Amino acid sequence: MNALKSREAILGGAILVLVALIASRFPGFIAPANIIAVFTDTSPLMILAMGQMVVILTRCIDLSVAANLALTGMVCAIINVAAPGLPVALILIFALFMGAALGAINGLLVWKLSIPPIVVTLGTMTIFRGVIFLLTEGKWINAHEMSPSFTGVPRQDILGLPVLGWIGIVVAVVMMVVMARTTLGRAFFAVGGNPHAAVYTGINVGRTQFLAFVISGMLAGLTGYLWVARYAVAYVDIAGGFELDVVAACVIGGISIAGGAGTVVGTLLGALFLGVVKNALPVIDVSPFWQLAISGAAIIIAVAFNAQSGRSKGRVILKSAEHAQ
Amino acid sequence: MEDHGHSTTADPASAAPVLTLDKITKTFPGVKALDGVCLDLYPGQVTALIGENGAGKSTVVKTLTGIYQPDGGQILLDGHPVPFATPQDAADAGVTAIHQETVLFDELTVAENVFIGHAPKSRFGLINTRAMHDRTGEILGSIGAQIDPGVKLKDLGIASRHLVAIARALSVEARVVIMDEPTAALSQKEIEELYELVDTLKAQGKAILFISHKFDEIFRIADRYTVFRDGQLVGAGQMIGVAEEDLVQMMVGRSVDQLFPKSRAEIGEEILTVAGYSHPTEFEDINFSLRRGEILGFYGLVGAGRSEFMQSLIGITKPSKGAIRIDGDVRVIRSPAAAIKAGIVYVPEDRGKQGAILDMPIFQNVTLPSLHMTSRNGFIQLAEELALARQYTERLDLRAASLDTNVGALSGGNQQKVVIAKWLATKPRVIILDEPTKGIDIGSKAAVHGFMSELAAQGLSVILVSSEIPEILGMSDRVIVMREGRIAAELDGDNLQPETLVRHAVGISVEGEAA
Amino acid sequence: MSLTETAPRQIPDRLRSPLAAKLKSWESLLLAVAIGIFILNSLASPYFLNAWNLSDATFNFTEKAMIAFAMALLIISGEIDLSVASIIALASTAMGVAMEMGAGTPVLVLAGLTTGLICGGFNGLLVTRLGLPSIVVTIGTMSLFRGISYIILGDGAFRGYPSDFSWFGQGYVFWVISVEFVIFAVLAVFYGVLLHKTNFGRSVYAIGNNATGALFSGIRVDRVKMILFLLTGLMAGLAAVCLTSRLGSTRPSIATGMELEVVTMVVLGGVNILGGSGSIPGVVIAAFVMGLVTFGLGLLNVPGIVMSIFIGLLLIGVIALPRLWSMWRG
Repeated sequence: MNALKSREAILGGAILVLVALIASRFPGFIAPANIIAVFTDTSPLMILAMGQMVVILTRCIDLSVAANLALTGMVCAIINVAAPGLPVALILIFALFMGAALGAINGLLVWKLSIPPIVVTLGTMTIFRGVIFLLTEGKWINAHEMSPSFTGVPRQDILGLPVLGWIGIVVAVVMMVVMARTTLGRAFFAVGGNPHAAVYTGINVGRTQFLAFVISGMLAGLTGYLWVARYAVAYVDIAGGFELDVVAACVIGGISIAGGAGTVVGTLLGALFLGVVKNALPVIDVSPFWQLAISGAAIIIAVAFNAQSGRSKGRVILKSAEHAQ
Repeated sequence: MEDHGHSTTADPASAAPVLTLDKITKTFPGVKALDGVCLDLYPGQVTALIGENGAGKSTVVKTLTGIYQPDGGQILLDGHPVPFATPQDAADAGVTAIHQETVLFDELTVAENVFIGHAPKSRFGLINTRAMHDRTGEILGSIGAQIDPGVKLKDLGIASRHLVAIARALSVEARVVIMDEPTAALSQKEIEELYELVDTLKAQGKAILFISHKFDEIFRIADRYTVFRDGQLVGAGQMIGVAEEDLVQMMVGRSVDQLFPKSRAEIGEEILTVAGYSHPTEFEDINFSLRRGEILGFYGLVGAGRSEFMQSLIGITKPSKGAIRIDGDVRVIRSPAAAIKAGIVYVPEDRGKQGAILDMPIFQNVTLPSLHMTSRNGFIQLAEELALARQYTERLDLRAASLDTNVGALSGGNQQKVVIAKWLATKPRVIILDEPTKGIDIGSKAAVHGFMSELAAQGLSVILVSSEIPEILGMSDRVIVMREGRIAAELDGDNLQPETLVRHAVGISVEGEAA
Repeated sequence: MSLTETAPRQIPDRLRSPLAAKLKSWESLLLAVAIGIFILNSLASPYFLNAWNLSDATFNFTEKAMIAFAMALLIISGEIDLSVASIIALASTAMGVAMEMGAGTPVLVLAGLTTGLICGGFNGLLVTRLGLPSIVVTIGTMSLFRGISYIILGDGAFRGYPSDFSWFGQGYVFWVISVEFVIFAVLAVFYGVLLHKTNFGRSVYAIGNNATGALFSGIRVDRVKMILFLLTGLMAGLAAVCLTSRLGSTRPSIATGMELEVVTMVVLGGVNILGGSGSIPGVVIAAFVMGLVTFGLGLLNVPGIVMSIFIGLLLIGVIALPRLWSMWRG
């Protein structure tokens, strides 16, 4: 039984082995400061993967997350430049709302017009990036134009961990509660697992998918502010192609692309796996240009692995065969 | 006895029905699925809904559960009209349905499946997992099921899943419980347990709609019956005093002899021999032979492995053991394309998914497996293609506006004619018909039966897979009964009796019989 | 047997006259749009109606259209390949590597086409052998193929292709008729015949409408899909030859985002994104429409990234508007 639990064990084991291998050659990699740095660096991926997870669970996909992140991040930066005195808390709330609104556009097109999610989000991906250009005419917003409080928040340490890392933890915990303990969380699984039956139990499939896109968008918006503030720069192409890493994290984490199967912990481990790989590359002196190919290979291997372990047993007619399983 | 339920006199205990369907009409493109039907459900009573496939039973279920909205008529709850605009409305009114397999979620736990949509909440609106598990345990205990509420559904077997579905029905304050073919996938022992459960529900005063076409179980547990035919109400009343023949008469609308114009064809030499066909999970050790001009029936309950076996004959499912001989030569069939070459074709049960390509025109459907016959060097010759399509559709007396009409726009009966025409155009030697008259109107049904006889007379060998006893008995020269993936019996001549078929199909031993 | 109506009767081949059907089709509408844009462009810019300018305009779509033809068949069959732009990057990189090793033009072309074919075959194997969904497979290979390019090239570039290699992307066959345009025209005819006139094309439609039904009808579904992935890869390889020849250099970021324009072209051409219907003439006209629009906006000095907004809106709008229209009427 428990193919998924074993998936998490495998993934967790793989990460540990990977870290151990690196540490055996470069002990500095497991110094507490470095571990915190790796975790913090992976937090944006973890946050976005939480949103993508919900979307994929409902049999959709959101390729616009990185573009949403870039657009929301840019607007946050523009607001900061225009009104440096505005409290960061307000900007954070604004980022959540703006991201959710952009996600809602995707969701509405999928829900009300039944346009395939891949088409919708491929389209909005380019539109969002184009809008950034329209807003800025291609200009960058650099560190010196942003207020110190704006750029400082994600990097501020609390109990040794930067706020960015804490936000990653908070999002993960909230999503665990949502997925396990709320009607909506169960509905995500139900809609993806058996949409036909979900209708019978009174779940509105389209509306559930819409909410998944809103959540994905909201988390992308949140990450937008964090990203721009952390790197203290905003331009059209920030986080370019990052949506592929997000999908990769989910797929590696065992989220079935056919919908309805997967766990929060698996997704987090999937993101962490990619984060460790990415941070290990410079340590073991491999060019960072390997990153893209590694993500791609990881997606393919993980999807193939998911498909093998997820092969439906089908209806078993022979009694003897049923007992044998 | 055709009292339509409303004017029942001798039953004071059930003076008022809980739920009433009043002159409900539901139309789909090309089909009137329900035509002004009425149905009453009384507290503490089991009403059997009887009808052939396509009579409108599943449409009634979908109307009662808020999936479909009727075009006409109304639903009355305690005598008051209630619109079931969404499944939630129906659930709130206390209507709950137990479906065979579709209604459950593999990746959720047993408790979550039971309580999805109405989970107990704790503070902050979160699901109270502990309460949910406790309640599920209680309900499962009350029906004698020992299933861990925390286990994921995908780890359960068929019978346990069924109990979960029943527990779900019990978890809501249900007043009306719909059981749609609840015994189809169950063993005899599990069926007996289900009957006890139905008795429990009755005692609790719930109104039960029991959908089945197995007469033995209808007579065992139903208090009332309602019979549909072609979307219309043809009879309703109390089970006491009604005879099986009367119900069959209502269901079919004409006697069996009229329906099945089987002419004795001359049965020739062996065409197809199957030896030791086995599959790891679906069927085992299937042996039989088929002769020229013969109609060989395959009977069994739904899920006996008949379709799975037939699909292995045409290379869809791969057998693990066994061999096929055609005219004495061993043939290995790994794909439908190879089967067509070998002269074996299969008219599948699932017409919309496997049989026809609904969004393509009639003529393209007909010529799809025989395109090589109407093309040159891989280039389509439209005139020849249309000619071939015309030849076979006219032979089957197809009714359609034009040959470039999409198959999806036709009625079920005409769709089936297109599918059969498509396979005849390949000039097969063996044609396998899997539930060929399921869901089609009486007229087309008779046409298909007549045509089947004609084909056999012309020397084609026919395998007829059917769950309808009258059809099997009326059409077949010989019948093989399958049960749980194995051949349970091979019957011919005087052994072709309804009771014998059923006994072999469900696995009750037959006394004093040597078949 | 059936008593409701009289004996067998003639079923007509067709209901509507083909001409009437053609006039109401998506292709006619698209053609009208194309003509409209053509007129608008000639009014908006005095430079537009010039044979050489018009010839230049064709470069905006010829390479994408080569891929779009194969992609149209792939999408009609119910699959998709999002990795085509990355295949271009990898194929172009392969050509660069071959050039560094001193290969001449024929070997360069062969390297590009072979790389495309191998990439397409890789996608096809994953989809048909392992039964994986093509969207995710090609999202993965989209990273993988371009990633390999980055591994080989880093932030560098290949330059210095042989001078006769430039013929593919910069040469002219006759007057203003470019080599690329001729390749485009030949492929349009090839794919049009393949899709609309052959048994293979018919099976593509059948698979897209109902893959199970097609399988039960004796069509070798996996083989057809495999061929379509190979063709799409090959076309991406061909586009890589043309593009590399035209630019005269290879960077790993070459053709970034082109998959979106190819898919948009296919969808604009009236191909159902869910599979089952569409036509090559539609895609041909869509190619002209997109080329004209891009060129027209270029003449008006609209930057490229703003055009991409337009492409994105087009992709969603083309699917959304008919649905909105039918919702509004129904």
